[in-house]
Amino acid sequence: MSENVAVIGVGHSKFGTRKDVNVAELCWEAMKPAFETANVEPKDIEFFVVGTAGMWSSEQAVPALVAEYADLAPKGSMRVEAACASGSAAIRVGYQAVKSGMADLVLVLGVEKMQESPNPTVIEMIGRFGSYFWEFENFGLTFPGYYAMHGTAYMLKYGATEEDFARVAVKNHYYGARNPYAQFQREIDIETVMKSPYIAWPFKLYDCSPITDGSACIILASEKKVREMGVEEKIWILSQGVGTGTANLSRREDFTSLASARYAAEQAYKIAKIDEPVRELDGANVHDCFTAPEIIAYEDLRFCKRGEGVELIRNEQTYIGGKIPVNVDGGLKAKGHPIGATGVSQAVEAFKQLLRKAEKGRQADIKSGKWLTHNVGGTGHYAYVTIYGLEKR
Amino acid sequence: MEKEAIDKTGFPIVPDEKSGALQWMDLRELRIKYVISVEGIKKFFEGLKEGKLLATKCKCGRIFFPPQKDCPSCMKSEMEWVELKKEGTLETLTVIFVRPPSFSMHDPYTVAIARLDDGVRILSWLKGDPRAVKPGQRVRVEVSRRKEGHLMFELVPI
Repeated sequence: MSENVAVIGVGHSKFGTRKDVNVAELCWEAMKPAFETANVEPKDIEFFVVGTAGMWSSEQAVPALVAEYADLAPKGSMRVEAACASGSAAIRVGYQAVKSGMADLVLVLGVEKMQESPNPTVIEMIGRFGSYFWEFENFGLTFPGYYAMHGTAYMLKYGATEEDFARVAVKNHYYGARNPYAQFQREIDIETVMKSPYIAWPFKLYDCSPITDGSACIILASEKKVREMGVEEKIWILSQGVGTGTANLSRREDFTSLASARYAAEQAYKIAKIDEPVRELDGANVHDCFTAPEIIAYEDLRFCKRGEGVELIRNEQTYIGGKIPVNVDGGLKAKGHPIGATGVSQAVEAFKQLLRKAEKGRQADIKSGKWLTHNVGGTGHYAYVTIYGLEKR
Repeated sequence: MEKEAIDKTGFPIVPDEKSGALQWMDLRELRIKYVISVEGIKKFFEGLKEGKLLATKCKCGRIFFPPQKDCPSCMKSEMEWVELKKEGTLETLTVIFVRPPSFSMHDPYTVAIARLDDGVRILSWLKGDPRAVKPGQRVRVEVSRRKEGHLMFELVPI
């Protein structure tokens, strides 16, 4: 495990309701700009990975589908699934392929076309990402419900309020309004969140990320390849930590934190030699599938002490100009959450932020040249924390 | 909708309501219903019928709830079934307003997690008005009959 791994190309589809494209066309929308920015052609790719959870969309053999559509056959491929962290799981496989020396140029694609099924069907399916028998079959837990139980526990333990959670939605919509790829490009206020109907108490409609169609793509290269090609615009994967949680929430000790995310973060920090994340990172993308989990992520990532995450959002410390900008692309909340694409979309954002290519009004100050992404599958069932840098380790 | 479209255009193709983009309306409907083995934990259901909440306990002392057949601590599978204390303390809850279609026959329901007095946690529905309780509330486990006709455990505030 010695090769340094760089991201040399990125592509991102428009996120939202994409009735205008089928699955393959949606994939190509992210793949084409990735090939172009990396200055490579499909024939140059040695191996490719697709992160997608599927089920709600028609095409299940997505690697084969894109092998055909994008001329990647007969190269090796793999489809990976880790619920809402499928994209980061795909990056994991691609990263390992390059790092181990088995491939020098790897394409990683994340895609989800969730709106090929009606909303009730998606609600039914996504509620099944925990323990099917003990949580879904008998108690009808939904995806918002799993995280709502964390929101409730957090409110009681630390005195946070529903208005505090709403502040996360307000921030992420503020930045979503500045991201042309976002599903919701509209600012909202706390009142909008508070007046929206309950989905799973204490979460209301505006506390929840939407059901989204979208794709994102990155191209990974070995240091050797970067040198050969003379790549100038690139970022490096400095480290990645991975954690897993129990299927049943009832097998866990605490509902104000995700143990798998803390575990993944500490691994990633150790390898990247980061001691004080807030001081050493220029910004982060965290998994705000709902509002409360963004606050919990601040704490799991040690941006603040346990119980102080709510102060960070109250004091607007996670806006650009604050202690650490978080989700300045709109996050899952406003940018949208096509679950297999989300982890890869976060990598695209790391690339844009570090290379100062973010759109007007949402470019963070880049000083240390390090950006973190935190992508969670299920409710801490899977957790990936990845640190990207302008300079290699 | 598909039939109408076929009659009109010759294909199951209809324009999307909002964008007008043409959509092929799938003719192949899939219904999924799983068959799940409970052979390894059948005693749990026998216990529930008698109003008992059973967990598995390994010889090494480790208790499992939900019950599991095998112990990864000592690699043994000789489990004893033990009755759990049916009282505990509520740790968290949510009220599911937007329900999955397969739960549409139920009114919004409260899902809660409690820590039972013997240390294990349990997730289930909580009976009664969720506004009248908060974490810390003492609760009891009761066995009741669901609308579908089968027995299941639930939490009831004391």
